[in-house]
Amino acid sequence: MSELLGQGAPNALSTPDIAWMLVATSLVLLMTPALALFYGGLVRAKNALNTMMMSIAALGVVGLVWALIGYSLAFSEGNHWIGGAQYALLRGVGLDAKGSIPHLLYMAYQGTFAIITAALISGALVERMRFGAYMLFIALWAAFVYAPVAHWVWGGGWLGHAGVLDYAGGTVVHVNAAAAALAVALVLGPRRDYGRQALLPHNVPYVLLGAALLWFGWFGFNAGSALGANSGAALAFVNTFFAPMATLVAWMGLDILRTGKATAVGAATGIVVGLVAITPAAGFVSPIGAIAIGALAAIPSYFAILYRARTALDDALDVVAAHGVGGATGALLTGVLASAAWGGTDGALAGNVAQLWRQMLGLVVVAAYSGALTFVLIKVVSVAIPLRTVKRAEATGLDITEHGEEAYSRGEGTVLVLPTPATEPAASLHSVLESST
Amino acid sequence: MKLIVAIVRPECANEVLEALFRAEVRGLTVSRVQGHGGETEPVETYRGTTVKMELREKVRFEIGVSDHFVEPTVRAILDSARTGEVGDGKIFVLPVERVYRIRTGDIDEMAVTPPIPAAE
Repeated sequence: MSELLGQGAPNALSTPDIAWMLVATSLVLLMTPALALFYGGLVRAKNALNTMMMSIAALGVVGLVWALIGYSLAFSEGNHWIGGAQYALLRGVGLDAKGSIPHLLYMAYQGTFAIITAALISGALVERMRFGAYMLFIALWAAFVYAPVAHWVWGGGWLGHAGVLDYAGGTVVHVNAAAAALAVALVLGPRRDYGRQALLPHNVPYVLLGAALLWFGWFGFNAGSALGANSGAALAFVNTFFAPMATLVAWMGLDILRTGKATAVGAATGIVVGLVAITPAAGFVSPIGAIAIGALAAIPSYFAILYRARTALDDALDVVAAHGVGGATGALLTGVLASAAWGGTDGALAGNVAQLWRQMLGLVVVAAYSGALTFVLIKVVSVAIPLRTVKRAEATGLDITEHGEEAYSRGEGTVLVLPTPATEPAASLHSVLESST
Repeated sequence: MKLIVAIVRPECANEVLEALFRAEVRGLTVSRVQGHGGETEPVETYRGTTVKMELREKVRFEIGVSDHFVEPTVRAILDSARTGEVGDGKIFVLPVERVYRIRTGDIDEMAVTPPIPAAE
């Protein structure tokens, strides 16, 4: 997105651009609660709240880290590798123009990306990780993994200079999160029931609702990456409109070929994979190119999910297959299908084979850095806090053991410990009746 | 014939199920129930409301077995459902007057003996 900053009249605030980016920032922020629904529906009922809280907590924890230091490390001028500390605590981030929108709004927009990227990792960790360890981990991860990678590609760092195309974050967000998910899943080890019994989604309608809201938010993610209300945003919007449609149809087709039935969980997964795959390409390919990317992206991710379930890798909600494989497919196909007529750069199909190699470079470097440093960070966290809950807690479910709540409490046989104030006599009468049974 | 009714912790239910299958117990009924067995109540908090969960989730197994199957069935449940803390549950062994298999009309011992797969 950085290369688009120079378009139009630089350093002059534009009212339509500000209006669109205010909306786009809200849309991307909504993706994190949407992810909570998507992930929450995929786990067992006894872990529904814990799983959803992993996404919700990222809104707070990563958001604050972003204000303290993350934004500065990602987007202030530093060197090719990492930004400096001049924007720490948001010093110097004011209402002056960055491109055509206020710098402060640009910072908030980028913050929503950091939040969703950290939350994406949680899909590999669910149903077994201590909540405190998770919160410490994502705080460190946002500062030491997300911020440098964002700097490399978008903040004026070396991958951006090397010509890697990543419109809205196929590499920075999805491949980055997936490599981290792989590292943490390996360190944590599988759930105790993994491979012994089926671990089934407890609420498939939540999964569909989450996928739908992710799609809605993704218009802010991709079309917002144009950083203005312009024709580039319109192209990214339409590509984000079509690519998941193609993936959805391809995924249902694969489902029908394999088992004879199109599944709802498959449809939701297909939509997300399509969104992931079009993310790096959104502003660089034609709408027909987007449909091709969407349809092609279904195949590797579909088979990666089937294969992963047969391995000892308990990447519980398939972050690697959906976001890693999907993001890599999208990033590589960007290098193939990019069109100068639409987005200013040609890909391999138009004769610019070098672009494909640049895309490959970006993928490999980001995956290697993220995987390795995440491994170090999670080991550091494990010194401070044990990473896993005990066996009993895992069997009981983390909602009760980590949060002291249940997602689907029936309220029978409950006794008030701290009665509500006497101004609500009905409530306390009710509690007396409850306790007498 | 006996009817074995076992009330166990939900977190142990899968292990009980595995142990029963290993002991070749094929026919059983499982239901989620709520009950109280003297264990300490966990505390949950919803906004300002803190509550003690006096009734706990439990899982009830009901298994009709022929007499020589009682011992291995009870043994399997005892071994798999025990954590050593209050609230592990109970096993009741009840006499049974009559058992019918609805599909065939088989009575008593025949009705609680799994059919030989080859015969089906």
